[in-house]
Amino acid sequence: MRTAEGLRAFLRQSVQARVGLAAALALFVVATFASWMAPANPAAQNLPVRLAAPSRAHWMGTDELGRDVMSRVMYGARISLTVAVCVVVGCGTTGLAIGTLAGYFGGWWDRIVALLLINAFLSFPGILLAIAFAAFFGPGIGKVILALIITGWAGYARLARAQVLKVKELEFALAAKSLGASHARILVRHLLPNILQPVMIQATIGMAGAILAESTLSFLGLGVLAPIPSWGAMLNDARGHLFDAPHLVVFPALAVMASVLAFNLLGDAWRDWLDPRTRSQLAVQELAR
Amino acid sequence: MVRYLLKKFALTLPALWLVLTLVFLMIHIVPGDPVEQMLGEGAAPGAAAQLRHVLGLDQPLGTQYGHYLWTLAHGDLGQSFKFQAPVRRIIFERYPATLQLAFLALLVCAAIAIPAGVLAAHRRNRAADRLVGLFTLFGLAIPNFALGPLLILLFSIEIGWLPVSGRNGTASYILPAATLGAALAAILTRMVRGALLEELSADYIRTARAKGLSTTAVLVRHGLRNALIPIITILGLQFGTLLAGTIVTETIFSWPGIGRLTVQAISARDYPLLQGCILVISLSYVLVNLLTDVVYTVVDPRVRMS
Repeated sequence: MRTAEGLRAFLRQSVQARVGLAAALALFVVATFASWMAPANPAAQNLPVRLAAPSRAHWMGTDELGRDVMSRVMYGARISLTVAVCVVVGCGTTGLAIGTLAGYFGGWWDRIVALLLINAFLSFPGILLAIAFAAFFGPGIGKVILALIITGWAGYARLARAQVLKVKELEFALAAKSLGASHARILVRHLLPNILQPVMIQATIGMAGAILAESTLSFLGLGVLAPIPSWGAMLNDARGHLFDAPHLVVFPALAVMASVLAFNLLGDAWRDWLDPRTRSQLAVQELAR
Repeated sequence: MVRYLLKKFALTLPALWLVLTLVFLMIHIVPGDPVEQMLGEGAAPGAAAQLRHVLGLDQPLGTQYGHYLWTLAHGDLGQSFKFQAPVRRIIFERYPATLQLAFLALLVCAAIAIPAGVLAAHRRNRAADRLVGLFTLFGLAIPNFALGPLLILLFSIEIGWLPVSGRNGTASYILPAATLGAALAAILTRMVRGALLEELSADYIRTARAKGLSTTAVLVRHGLRNALIPIITILGLQFGTLLAGTIVTETIFSWPGIGRLTVQAISARDYPLLQGCILVISLSYVLVNLLTDVVYTVVDPRVRMS
Protein backbone atom coordinates (compact mmCIF):
# COMPACT_ATOMS: atom_id res chain seq x y z
CA MET A 1 0.00 0.00 0.00
CA ARG A 2 2.77 2.41 1.07
CA THR A 3 4.83 1.32 -1.93
CA ALA A 4 1.94 2.06 -4.31
CA GLU A 5 1.43 5.51 -2.75
CA GLY A 6 5.16 6.24 -2.99
CA LEU A 7 5.19 5.18 -6.64
CA ARG A 8 2.17 7.39 -7.40
CA ALA A 9 3.80 10.40 -5.70
CA PHE A 10 7.06 9.73 -7.54
CA LEU A 11 5.32 9.54 -10.92
CA ARG A 12 3.11 12.55 -10.21
CA GLN A 13 6.05 14.83 -9.49
CA SER A 14 8.42 13.91 -12.30
CA VAL A 15 7.80 14.06 -16.05
CA GLN A 16 11.12 12.24 -16.55
CA ALA A 17 9.88 9.35 -14.43
CA ARG A 18 6.59 9.09 -16.34
CA VAL A 19 8.27 9.13 -19.75
CA GLY A 20 11.03 6.75 -18.65
CA LEU A 21 8.66 4.26 -17.03
CA ALA A 22 6.23 4.33 -19.97
CA ALA A 23 9.05 3.74 -22.49
CA ALA A 24 10.62 0.98 -20.37
CA LEU A 25 7.26 -0.76 -19.96
CA ALA A 26 6.59 -0.47 -23.70
CA LEU A 27 9.98 -2.06 -24.34
CA PHE A 28 9.21 -4.96 -21.99
CA VAL A 29 5.81 -5.47 -23.65
CA VAL A 30 7.37 -5.51 -27.14
CA ALA A 31 10.12 -7.89 -26.00
CA THR A 32 7.71 -10.25 -24.25
CA PHE A 33 5.05 -10.35 -26.94
CA ALA A 34 7.32 -9.98 -29.99
CA SER A 35 6.13 -13.30 -31.41
CA TRP A 36 2.52 -12.01 -31.44
CA MET A 37 3.20 -8.38 -32.27
CA ALA A 38 5.83 -8.73 -35.01
CA PRO A 39 4.31 -8.64 -38.49
CA ALA A 40 6.62 -11.37 -39.84
CA ASN A 41 9.11 -14.05 -38.88
CA PRO A 42 12.37 -12.12 -38.25
CA ALA A 43 14.43 -14.83 -39.98
CA ALA A 44 12.13 -15.33 -42.99
CA GLN A 45 13.95 -14.31 -46.16
CA ASN A 46 12.21 -12.80 -49.15
CA LEU A 47 14.90 -11.97 -51.70
CA PRO A 48 12.66 -10.35 -54.35
CA VAL A 49 11.92 -7.47 -51.93
CA ARG A 50 15.45 -7.11 -50.54
CA LEU A 51 16.48 -3.62 -49.37
CA ALA A 52 12.94 -2.29 -49.87
CA ALA A 53 12.28 1.17 -48.40
CA PRO A 54 9.63 1.56 -45.66
CA SER A 55 6.17 0.95 -47.09
CA ARG A 56 2.71 -0.22 -46.03
CA ALA A 57 3.77 -3.85 -46.40
CA HIS A 58 7.01 -3.36 -44.45
CA TRP A 59 6.74 -0.35 -42.12
CA MET A 60 10.51 -0.20 -41.54
CA GLY A 61 11.53 -1.69 -44.88
CA THR A 62 13.49 -4.88 -45.50
CA ASP A 63 17.17 -5.81 -45.17
CA GLU A 64 19.64 -7.32 -47.64
CA LEU A 65 17.98 -10.75 -47.38
CA GLY A 66 14.47 -9.34 -47.65
CA ARG A 67 13.75 -9.85 -43.93
CA ASP A 68 11.24 -7.49 -42.30
CA VAL A 69 13.21 -4.84 -40.36
CA MET A 70 10.33 -4.04 -37.98
CA SER A 71 10.08 -7.67 -36.89
CA ARG A 72 13.83 -7.81 -36.41
CA VAL A 73 13.81 -4.61 -34.34
CA MET A 74 11.03 -6.06 -32.17
CA TYR A 75 12.84 -9.37 -31.65
CA GLY A 76 16.05 -7.39 -31.08
CA ALA A 77 14.36 -5.85 -28.03
CA ARG A 78 13.98 -9.37 -26.63
CA ILE A 79 17.72 -10.05 -26.97
CA SER A 80 18.72 -6.66 -25.58
CA LEU A 81 16.44 -6.95 -22.56
CA THR A 82 17.33 -10.58 -21.86
CA VAL A 83 21.02 -9.71 -21.84
CA ALA A 84 20.45 -6.50 -19.85
CA VAL A 85 18.31 -8.18 -17.16
CA CYS A 86 20.74 -11.12 -16.78
CA VAL A 87 23.76 -8.80 -16.64
CA VAL A 88 22.18 -6.43 -14.13
CA VAL A 89 20.98 -9.30 -11.91
CA GLY A 90 24.35 -11.06 -12.19
CA CYS A 91 26.42 -7.92 -11.55
CA GLY A 92 24.04 -6.73 -8.81
CA THR A 93 24.07 -10.04 -6.94
CA THR A 94 27.83 -10.53 -7.23
CA GLY A 95 28.64 -6.91 -6.42
CA LEU A 96 26.17 -6.76 -3.54
CA ALA A 97 27.53 -9.96 -2.00
CA ILE A 98 31.20 -9.00 -2.33
CA GLY A 99 30.73 -5.33 -1.39
CA THR A 100 28.46 -6.04 1.58
CA LEU A 101 30.81 -8.65 3.03
CA ALA A 102 33.84 -6.40 2.50
CA GLY A 103 32.15 -3.43 4.15
CA TYR A 104 30.69 -5.43 7.03
CA PHE A 105 33.66 -7.55 8.05
CA GLY A 106 36.44 -5.08 7.13
CA GLY A 107 40.01 -6.18 7.86
CA TRP A 108 42.22 -7.96 5.36
CA TRP A 109 39.25 -9.20 3.32
CA ASP A 110 38.11 -5.61 2.84
CA ARG A 111 41.61 -4.42 2.00
CA ILE A 112 42.12 -7.15 -0.60
CA VAL A 113 38.63 -6.87 -2.06
CA ALA A 114 38.23 -3.10 -1.90
CA LEU A 115 41.74 -1.93 -2.60
CA LEU A 116 42.90 -4.61 -4.96
CA LEU A 117 39.98 -6.09 -6.82
CA ILE A 118 37.31 -3.39 -6.93
CA ASN A 119 39.74 -0.55 -7.63
CA ALA A 120 41.62 -2.61 -10.17
CA PHE A 121 38.44 -3.52 -12.08
CA LEU A 122 37.24 0.08 -11.95
CA SER A 123 40.57 1.32 -13.29
CA PHE A 124 39.65 0.23 -16.82
CA PRO A 125 36.81 1.07 -19.14
CA GLY A 126 34.46 -1.89 -18.67
CA ILE A 127 33.66 -2.10 -22.36
CA LEU A 128 37.33 -2.69 -23.25
CA LEU A 129 37.59 -5.68 -20.93
CA ALA A 130 34.17 -6.90 -22.10
CA ILE A 131 35.35 -6.75 -25.74
CA ALA A 132 38.51 -8.62 -24.77
CA PHE A 133 36.64 -11.32 -22.85
CA ALA A 134 33.98 -11.70 -25.53
CA ALA A 135 36.68 -11.95 -28.21
CA PHE A 136 38.40 -14.79 -26.37
CA PHE A 137 35.19 -16.54 -25.23
CA GLY A 138 33.76 -16.43 -28.76
CA PRO A 139 30.28 -15.21 -29.79
CA GLY A 140 27.01 -16.34 -28.16
CA ILE A 141 24.43 -14.83 -25.83
CA GLY A 142 25.61 -16.72 -22.72
CA LYS A 143 29.20 -15.67 -23.31
CA VAL A 144 28.19 -12.04 -23.80
CA ILE A 145 26.33 -12.12 -20.48
CA LEU A 146 29.32 -13.73 -18.75
CA ALA A 147 31.78 -11.20 -20.23
CA LEU A 148 29.60 -8.28 -19.12
CA ILE A 149 29.14 -9.68 -15.59
CA ILE A 150 32.88 -10.26 -15.15
CA THR A 151 33.58 -6.65 -16.11
CA GLY A 152 30.55 -4.99 -14.50
CA TRP A 153 30.23 -6.22 -10.90
CA ALA A 154 32.81 -3.87 -9.39
CA GLY A 155 30.65 -0.73 -9.57
CA TYR A 156 27.89 -2.42 -7.56
CA ALA A 157 30.42 -3.79 -5.07
CA ARG A 158 31.88 -0.34 -4.45
CA LEU A 159 28.43 1.16 -3.92
CA ALA A 160 27.30 -1.66 -1.60
CA ARG A 161 30.52 -1.47 0.42
CA ALA A 162 30.20 2.30 0.87
CA GLN A 163 26.55 1.99 1.92
CA VAL A 164 27.28 -0.81 4.41
CA LEU A 165 30.17 1.17 5.94
CA LYS A 166 27.68 4.02 6.54
CA VAL A 167 24.70 1.98 7.72
CA LYS A 168 26.49 -0.51 9.99
CA GLU A 169 27.37 2.30 12.41
CA LEU A 170 23.75 3.46 12.78
CA GLU A 171 21.86 2.81 16.04
CA PHE A 172 19.54 0.09 14.76
CA ALA A 173 22.46 -1.98 13.46
CA LEU A 174 24.42 -1.51 16.69
CA ALA A 175 21.28 -2.40 18.68
CA ALA A 176 20.82 -5.62 16.71
CA LYS A 177 24.47 -6.48 17.33
CA SER A 178 24.23 -5.78 21.06
CA LEU A 179 21.12 -8.00 21.27
CA GLY A 180 23.28 -10.84 20.01
CA ALA A 181 21.97 -11.14 16.46
CA SER A 182 24.11 -13.30 14.20
CA HIS A 183 26.16 -11.77 11.36
CA ALA A 184 23.85 -13.35 8.81
CA ARG A 185 20.76 -11.89 10.51
CA ILE A 186 22.29 -8.41 10.79
CA LEU A 187 23.35 -8.52 7.16
CA VAL A 188 20.15 -9.90 5.67
CA ARG A 189 17.44 -8.47 7.95
CA HIS A 190 18.94 -5.13 8.94
CA LEU A 191 21.64 -3.92 6.55
CA LEU A 192 20.50 -5.25 3.19
CA PRO A 193 17.03 -3.64 3.14
CA ASN A 194 18.62 -0.30 4.02
CA ILE A 195 21.21 -0.31 1.26
CA LEU A 196 19.05 -1.78 -1.47
CA GLN A 197 17.54 1.43 -2.84
CA PRO A 198 20.76 3.06 -4.18
CA VAL A 199 21.76 -0.32 -5.63
CA MET A 200 18.39 -0.55 -7.40
CA ILE A 201 18.91 2.93 -8.86
CA GLN A 202 22.34 1.89 -10.10
CA ALA A 203 20.74 -1.23 -11.55
CA THR A 204 18.15 0.85 -13.44
CA ILE A 205 20.87 3.01 -14.99
CA GLY A 206 22.90 -0.20 -15.44
CA MET A 207 20.13 -1.57 -17.69
CA ALA A 208 20.92 1.24 -20.14
CA GLY A 209 24.64 0.47 -19.90
CA ALA A 210 24.06 -3.25 -20.47
CA ILE A 211 21.88 -2.61 -23.52
CA LEU A 212 24.60 -0.36 -24.95
CA ALA A 213 27.32 -2.88 -24.15
CA GLU A 214 25.43 -5.79 -25.72
CA SER A 215 24.77 -3.73 -28.85
CA THR A 216 28.44 -2.72 -29.02
CA LEU A 217 29.58 -6.34 -28.79
CA SER A 218 27.04 -7.41 -31.40
CA PHE A 219 28.15 -4.54 -33.64
CA LEU A 220 31.71 -5.88 -33.44
CA GLY A 221 30.50 -9.39 -34.26
CA LEU A 222 31.07 -10.63 -30.71
CA GLY A 223 27.45 -10.77 -29.59
CA VAL A 224 24.62 -13.12 -30.45
CA LEU A 225 25.00 -15.41 -33.42
CA ALA A 226 23.17 -14.89 -36.73
CA PRO A 227 20.34 -15.17 -37.64
CA ILE A 228 19.16 -14.08 -34.14
CA PRO A 229 18.32 -10.40 -34.56
CA SER A 230 20.26 -7.93 -32.44
CA TRP A 231 20.27 -4.14 -32.82
CA GLY A 232 24.08 -3.90 -32.80
CA ALA A 233 24.46 -6.62 -35.44
CA MET A 234 21.73 -4.98 -37.55
CA LEU A 235 23.67 -1.69 -37.46
CA ASN A 236 26.85 -3.48 -38.45
CA ASP A 237 25.07 -5.12 -41.42
CA ALA A 238 23.59 -1.75 -42.36
CA ARG A 239 27.01 -0.15 -42.81
CA GLY A 240 27.37 -1.88 -46.15
CA HIS A 241 24.11 -0.36 -47.39
CA LEU A 242 24.44 3.27 -46.27
CA PHE A 243 24.06 4.45 -49.87
CA ASP A 244 21.23 2.23 -51.09
CA ALA A 245 19.21 1.51 -47.91
CA PRO A 246 19.70 4.18 -45.21
CA HIS A 247 16.58 2.98 -43.36
CA LEU A 248 18.61 -0.02 -42.19
CA VAL A 249 20.65 2.36 -39.99
CA VAL A 250 17.85 4.59 -38.77
CA PHE A 251 15.48 2.11 -37.10
CA PRO A 252 17.90 -0.01 -35.06
CA ALA A 253 19.70 3.22 -34.04
CA LEU A 254 16.39 4.70 -32.83
CA ALA A 255 15.60 1.49 -30.95
CA VAL A 256 18.92 1.54 -29.08
CA MET A 257 18.52 5.25 -28.32
CA ALA A 258 14.95 4.92 -27.08
CA SER A 259 15.74 2.05 -24.73
CA VAL A 260 18.88 3.68 -23.33
CA LEU A 261 16.98 6.92 -22.89
CA ALA A 262 14.12 5.15 -21.09
CA PHE A 263 16.31 3.55 -18.42
CA ASN A 264 18.50 6.64 -18.03
CA LEU A 265 15.44 8.84 -17.50
CA LEU A 266 13.94 6.43 -15.01
CA GLY A 267 17.18 6.03 -13.07
CA ASP A 268 17.91 9.77 -13.02
CA ALA A 269 14.36 10.56 -11.88
CA TRP A 270 14.53 7.95 -9.12
CA ARG A 271 17.89 9.29 -7.91
CA ASP A 272 16.54 12.85 -7.94
CA TRP A 273 13.48 11.68 -6.03
CA LEU A 274 15.66 10.25 -3.27
CA ASP A 275 17.76 13.42 -3.07
CA PRO A 276 15.93 15.68 -0.56
CA ARG A 277 17.17 18.87 -2.27
CA THR A 278 15.84 17.89 -5.70
CA ARG A 279 12.71 16.45 -4.12
CA SER A 280 11.84 19.75 -2.47
CA GLN A 281 12.40 21.54 -5.80
CA LEU A 282 10.05 19.07 -7.52
CA ALA A 283 7.45 19.65 -4.81
CA VAL A 284 7.70 23.43 -5.30
CA GLN A 285 7.29 23.01 -9.09
CA GLU A 286 4.27 20.77 -8.49
CA LEU A 287 2.70 23.39 -6.20
CA ALA A 288 3.43 26.15 -8.72
CA ARG A 289 1.50 24.20 -11.35
CA MET B 1 54.29 15.96 -2.78
CA VAL B 2 56.68 13.18 -3.87
CA ARG B 3 55.24 10.91 -1.17
CA TYR B 4 51.72 11.64 -2.38
CA LEU B 5 52.64 10.84 -5.96
CA LEU B 6 54.43 7.64 -4.95
CA LYS B 7 51.30 6.61 -3.03
CA LYS B 8 49.20 7.30 -6.11
CA PHE B 9 51.57 5.21 -8.22
CA ALA B 10 51.45 2.39 -5.69
CA LEU B 11 47.64 2.42 -5.92
CA THR B 12 47.82 1.85 -9.68
CA LEU B 13 50.03 -1.23 -9.25
CA PRO B 14 47.13 -3.63 -8.47
CA ALA B 15 45.36 -2.36 -11.59
CA LEU B 16 48.50 -2.90 -13.66
CA TRP B 17 48.95 -6.39 -12.26
CA LEU B 18 45.29 -7.22 -12.91
CA VAL B 19 45.44 -6.17 -16.55
CA LEU B 20 48.71 -8.00 -17.18
CA THR B 21 47.33 -11.17 -15.60
CA LEU B 22 43.94 -10.96 -17.30
CA VAL B 23 45.58 -10.44 -20.69
CA PHE B 24 47.86 -13.42 -19.99
CA LEU B 25 44.94 -15.64 -18.95
CA MET B 26 42.72 -14.65 -21.88
CA ILE B 27 44.30 -17.05 -24.33
CA HIS B 28 43.54 -19.87 -21.86
CA ILE B 29 39.79 -19.14 -21.77
CA VAL B 30 39.39 -19.67 -25.51
CA PRO B 31 36.93 -22.57 -25.91
CA GLY B 32 38.76 -25.60 -27.32
CA ASP B 33 42.34 -25.28 -28.51
CA PRO B 34 43.44 -21.67 -29.21
CA VAL B 35 46.14 -22.88 -31.58
CA GLU B 36 43.66 -24.82 -33.72
CA GLN B 37 41.36 -21.78 -33.69
CA MET B 38 44.21 -19.62 -34.98
CA LEU B 39 45.27 -22.04 -37.69
CA GLY B 40 41.74 -22.86 -38.83
CA GLU B 41 40.84 -25.86 -40.94
CA GLY B 42 43.27 -27.37 -43.38
CA ALA B 43 46.44 -26.59 -41.44
CA ALA B 44 49.53 -28.64 -42.25
CA PRO B 45 50.21 -31.59 -39.93
CA GLY B 46 52.62 -30.56 -37.21
CA ALA B 47 51.81 -26.86 -37.65
CA ALA B 48 49.73 -26.86 -34.46
CA ALA B 49 52.53 -28.34 -32.38
CA GLN B 50 55.00 -25.87 -33.86
CA LEU B 51 52.77 -22.84 -33.18
CA ARG B 52 52.01 -24.13 -29.68
CA HIS B 53 55.74 -24.27 -29.06
CA VAL B 54 56.31 -20.77 -30.51
CA LEU B 55 53.56 -19.34 -28.27
CA GLY B 56 54.94 -21.27 -25.29
CA LEU B 57 51.59 -22.98 -24.74
CA ASP B 58 53.27 -26.38 -24.32
CA GLN B 59 54.86 -25.20 -21.05
CA PRO B 60 53.28 -25.41 -17.56
CA LEU B 61 51.06 -22.40 -16.72
CA GLY B 62 53.42 -21.01 -14.07
CA THR B 63 56.37 -21.13 -16.48
CA GLN B 64 54.26 -19.46 -19.18
CA TYR B 65 53.30 -16.65 -16.75
CA GLY B 66 56.92 -16.09 -15.71
CA HIS B 67 58.09 -16.08 -19.32
CA TYR B 68 55.25 -13.71 -20.27
CA LEU B 69 56.19 -11.18 -17.56
CA TRP B 70 59.88 -11.49 -18.45
CA THR B 71 59.31 -10.81 -22.16
CA LEU B 72 56.96 -7.94 -21.35
CA ALA B 73 59.58 -6.39 -19.10
CA HIS B 74 61.83 -6.41 -22.17
CA GLY B 75 59.16 -4.72 -24.29
CA ASP B 76 58.44 -7.85 -26.33
CA LEU B 77 54.73 -8.32 -27.12
CA GLY B 78 55.22 -11.39 -29.32
CA GLN B 79 54.74 -12.06 -33.01
CA SER B 80 51.56 -11.30 -34.97
CA PHE B 81 50.16 -14.35 -36.71
CA LYS B 82 48.21 -12.31 -39.29
CA PHE B 83 50.85 -9.71 -40.18
CA GLN B 84 53.90 -11.95 -39.65
CA ALA B 85 55.65 -9.11 -37.83
CA PRO B 86 56.41 -8.14 -34.22
CA VAL B 87 53.24 -7.02 -32.40
CA ARG B 88 55.07 -4.07 -30.84
CA ARG B 89 56.03 -2.68 -34.25
CA ILE B 90 52.51 -3.04 -35.70
CA ILE B 91 50.89 -1.40 -32.67
CA PHE B 92 53.28 1.54 -32.57
CA GLU B 93 52.80 2.17 -36.28
CA ARG B 94 49.06 2.58 -35.66
CA TYR B 95 49.13 4.23 -32.25
CA PRO B 96 49.76 7.85 -33.40
CA ALA B 97 46.58 7.80 -35.55
CA THR B 98 44.53 6.72 -32.53
CA LEU B 99 46.11 9.34 -30.27
CA GLN B 100 45.43 12.05 -32.85
CA LEU B 101 41.80 11.01 -33.09
CA ALA B 102 41.33 10.85 -29.32
CA PHE B 103 42.94 14.29 -28.79
CA LEU B 104 40.78 15.80 -31.50
CA ALA B 105 37.66 14.22 -30.00
CA LEU B 106 38.64 15.73 -26.65
CA LEU B 107 38.98 19.16 -28.28
CA VAL B 108 35.63 18.83 -30.06
CA CYS B 109 34.05 17.77 -26.82
CA ALA B 110 35.52 20.69 -24.82
CA ALA B 111 34.56 23.15 -27.58
CA ILE B 112 30.93 22.01 -27.37
CA ALA B 113 30.58 21.21 -23.69
CA ILE B 114 32.13 24.26 -22.02
CA PRO B 115 30.02 26.94 -23.79
CA ALA B 116 26.89 24.76 -23.56
CA GLY B 117 27.44 24.09 -19.85
CA VAL B 118 28.09 27.77 -19.12
CA LEU B 119 24.96 28.75 -21.04
CA ALA B 120 22.85 26.17 -19.18
CA ALA B 121 24.15 27.30 -15.78
CA HIS B 122 23.66 30.98 -16.64
CA ARG B 123 20.13 30.40 -17.92
CA ARG B 124 19.19 27.87 -15.24
CA ASN B 125 15.65 26.44 -15.54
CA ARG B 126 14.98 28.50 -18.68
CA ALA B 127 14.54 27.46 -22.31
CA ALA B 128 18.28 27.40 -23.10
CA ASP B 129 18.97 25.21 -20.07
CA ARG B 130 16.22 22.78 -21.06
CA LEU B 131 17.53 22.64 -24.63
CA VAL B 132 21.04 21.88 -23.40
CA GLY B 133 19.55 19.27 -21.04
CA LEU B 134 17.81 17.63 -23.98
CA PHE B 135 21.07 17.62 -25.97
CA THR B 136 22.94 15.92 -23.13
CA LEU B 137 20.17 13.36 -22.69
CA PHE B 138 20.32 12.37 -26.37
CA GLY B 139 24.12 12.60 -26.43
CA LEU B 140 24.26 10.02 -23.64
CA ALA B 141 21.66 7.78 -25.23
CA ILE B 142 23.06 7.53 -28.74
CA PRO B 143 25.93 5.06 -29.00
CA ASN B 144 28.86 5.81 -31.29
CA PHE B 145 28.08 2.81 -33.52
CA ALA B 146 24.68 4.39 -34.25
CA LEU B 147 25.85 8.00 -34.37
CA GLY B 148 28.72 7.29 -36.78
CA PRO B 149 26.59 5.79 -39.57
CA LEU B 150 23.93 8.49 -39.02
CA LEU B 151 26.55 11.25 -39.39
CA ILE B 152 27.91 9.55 -42.53
CA LEU B 153 24.37 9.41 -43.90
CA LEU B 154 23.82 13.09 -43.27
CA PHE B 155 27.17 14.77 -43.95
CA SER B 156 28.76 12.40 -46.47
CA ILE B 157 25.88 10.90 -48.43
CA GLU B 158 23.06 13.47 -48.27
CA ILE B 159 25.04 16.74 -48.15
CA GLY B 160 28.35 15.43 -49.48
CA TRP B 161 30.58 17.71 -47.39
CA LEU B 162 32.81 15.16 -45.69
CA PRO B 163 34.49 11.90 -46.69
CA VAL B 164 32.82 8.63 -45.69
CA SER B 165 35.94 6.98 -44.29
CA GLY B 166 39.73 6.86 -44.27
CA ARG B 167 42.39 9.25 -43.03
CA ASN B 168 43.13 11.60 -45.90
CA GLY B 169 43.27 15.29 -45.15
CA THR B 170 41.77 17.48 -42.42
CA ALA B 171 38.16 16.89 -43.46
CA SER B 172 38.47 13.16 -42.76
CA TYR B 173 39.08 13.85 -39.05
CA ILE B 174 35.79 15.68 -38.44
CA LEU B 175 33.21 12.88 -38.45
CA PRO B 176 35.28 10.33 -36.49
CA ALA B 177 36.20 12.96 -33.88
CA ALA B 178 32.57 14.10 -33.54
CA THR B 179 31.38 10.49 -33.25
CA LEU B 180 33.98 9.65 -30.63
CA GLY B 181 33.50 12.85 -28.62
CA ALA B 182 29.68 13.11 -28.62
CA ALA B 183 28.94 11.04 -25.52
CA LEU B 184 31.79 12.66 -23.64
CA ALA B 185 30.52 16.10 -24.67
CA ALA B 186 27.16 15.26 -23.09
CA ILE B 187 28.79 14.10 -19.83
CA LEU B 188 31.08 17.11 -19.73
CA THR B 189 28.23 19.56 -20.38
CA ARG B 190 26.44 18.20 -17.32
CA MET B 191 29.66 18.47 -15.32
CA VAL B 192 30.31 22.08 -16.40
CA ARG B 193 26.74 23.07 -15.59
CA GLY B 194 26.81 21.40 -12.18
CA ALA B 195 30.26 22.70 -11.22
CA LEU B 196 29.45 26.22 -12.37
CA LEU B 197 26.11 26.29 -10.54
CA GLU B 198 27.93 25.31 -7.36
CA GLU B 199 30.50 28.07 -7.86
CA LEU B 200 27.84 30.65 -8.72
CA SER B 201 26.23 30.16 -5.32
CA ALA B 202 29.53 30.90 -3.51
CA ASP B 203 30.13 34.07 -1.50
CA TYR B 204 32.95 35.34 -3.70
CA ILE B 205 30.59 35.42 -6.68
CA ARG B 206 28.15 37.57 -4.70
CA THR B 207 31.07 39.88 -3.88
CA ALA B 208 32.09 40.02 -7.55
CA ARG B 209 28.52 40.93 -8.52
CA ALA B 210 28.29 43.53 -5.73
CA LYS B 211 31.48 45.12 -7.08
CA GLY B 212 29.55 45.74 -10.28
CA LEU B 213 31.42 43.32 -12.55
CA SER B 214 29.77 42.38 -15.84
CA THR B 215 27.91 39.06 -16.09
CA THR B 216 30.56 37.72 -18.50
CA ALA B 217 33.37 38.60 -16.10
CA VAL B 218 31.54 36.97 -13.19
CA LEU B 219 30.76 33.87 -15.20
CA VAL B 220 34.03 33.34 -17.03
CA ARG B 221 36.78 35.03 -14.97
CA HIS B 222 35.45 33.98 -11.58
CA GLY B 223 32.94 31.13 -11.83
CA LEU B 224 34.29 29.09 -14.74
CA ARG B 225 37.91 29.52 -13.68
CA ASN B 226 37.22 27.86 -10.35
CA ALA B 227 34.87 25.29 -11.83
CA LEU B 228 37.57 24.26 -14.32
CA ILE B 229 39.56 22.17 -11.82
CA PRO B 230 37.08 19.28 -11.58
CA ILE B 231 36.30 19.69 -15.29
CA ILE B 232 39.95 19.22 -16.29
CA THR B 233 40.08 16.12 -14.12
CA ILE B 234 37.04 14.65 -15.81
CA LEU B 235 38.56 15.43 -19.21
CA GLY B 236 41.73 13.61 -18.24
CA LEU B 237 39.91 10.62 -16.83
CA GLN B 238 37.67 10.40 -19.88
CA PHE B 239 40.61 10.45 -22.28
CA GLY B 240 41.21 6.81 -21.43
CA THR B 241 37.57 6.01 -22.13
CA LEU B 242 37.97 7.69 -25.52
CA LEU B 243 40.88 5.34 -26.27
CA ALA B 244 38.57 2.38 -25.60
CA GLY B 245 35.86 4.02 -27.73
CA THR B 246 38.21 4.11 -30.71
CA ILE B 247 37.63 0.37 -31.24
CA VAL B 248 34.12 1.06 -32.55
CA THR B 249 34.73 4.49 -34.10
CA GLU B 250 37.81 3.40 -36.05
CA THR B 251 35.90 0.37 -37.34
CA ILE B 252 33.07 2.57 -38.64
CA PHE B 253 35.38 5.04 -40.37
CA SER B 254 38.12 2.57 -41.44
CA TRP B 255 40.54 4.65 -39.39
CA PRO B 256 44.03 3.09 -39.44
CA GLY B 257 44.53 3.07 -35.68
CA ILE B 258 44.89 0.61 -32.84
CA GLY B 259 41.10 0.30 -32.38
CA ARG B 260 40.60 -1.06 -35.89
CA LEU B 261 43.69 -3.20 -35.44
CA THR B 262 41.99 -4.77 -32.40
CA VAL B 263 38.96 -5.69 -34.49
CA GLN B 264 41.21 -7.06 -37.26
CA ALA B 265 42.99 -9.18 -34.65
CA ILE B 266 39.62 -10.47 -33.39
CA SER B 267 38.47 -11.41 -36.91
CA ALA B 268 41.76 -13.15 -37.74
CA ARG B 269 41.90 -14.85 -34.29
CA ASP B 270 45.37 -13.38 -34.00
CA TYR B 271 45.54 -13.81 -30.22
CA PRO B 272 49.07 -12.39 -29.64
CA LEU B 273 48.11 -9.22 -31.54
CA LEU B 274 44.78 -8.97 -29.68
CA GLN B 275 46.55 -9.38 -26.33
CA GLY B 276 49.02 -6.67 -27.36
CA CYS B 277 46.26 -4.23 -28.38
CA ILE B 278 44.25 -4.76 -25.17
CA LEU B 279 47.40 -4.40 -23.11
CA VAL B 280 48.50 -1.16 -24.78
CA ILE B 281 45.03 0.45 -24.58
CA SER B 282 44.66 -0.58 -20.93
CA LEU B 283 48.12 0.63 -19.96
CA SER B 284 47.50 3.94 -21.73
CA TYR B 285 44.29 4.26 -19.74
CA VAL B 286 46.04 3.65 -16.42
CA LEU B 287 48.88 6.01 -17.36
CA VAL B 288 46.52 8.83 -18.40
CA ASN B 289 44.60 8.44 -15.12
CA LEU B 290 47.84 8.64 -13.16
CA LEU B 291 48.95 11.72 -15.12
CA THR B 292 45.57 13.36 -14.48
CA ASP B 293 46.04 12.76 -10.76
CA VAL B 294 49.47 14.35 -10.93
CA VAL B 295 48.21 17.38 -12.87
CA TYR B 296 45.30 17.73 -10.46
CA THR B 297 47.68 17.71 -7.53
CA VAL B 298 49.91 20.33 -9.12
CA VAL B 299 46.99 22.58 -10.10
CA ASP B 300 45.06 22.35 -6.82
CA PRO B 301 47.22 22.44 -3.67
CA ARG B 302 44.18 21.53 -1.51
CA VAL B 303 44.34 17.97 -2.85
CA ARG B 304 47.87 17.28 -1.61
CA MET B 305 47.21 19.17 1.65
CA SER B 306 44.30 16.84 2.40
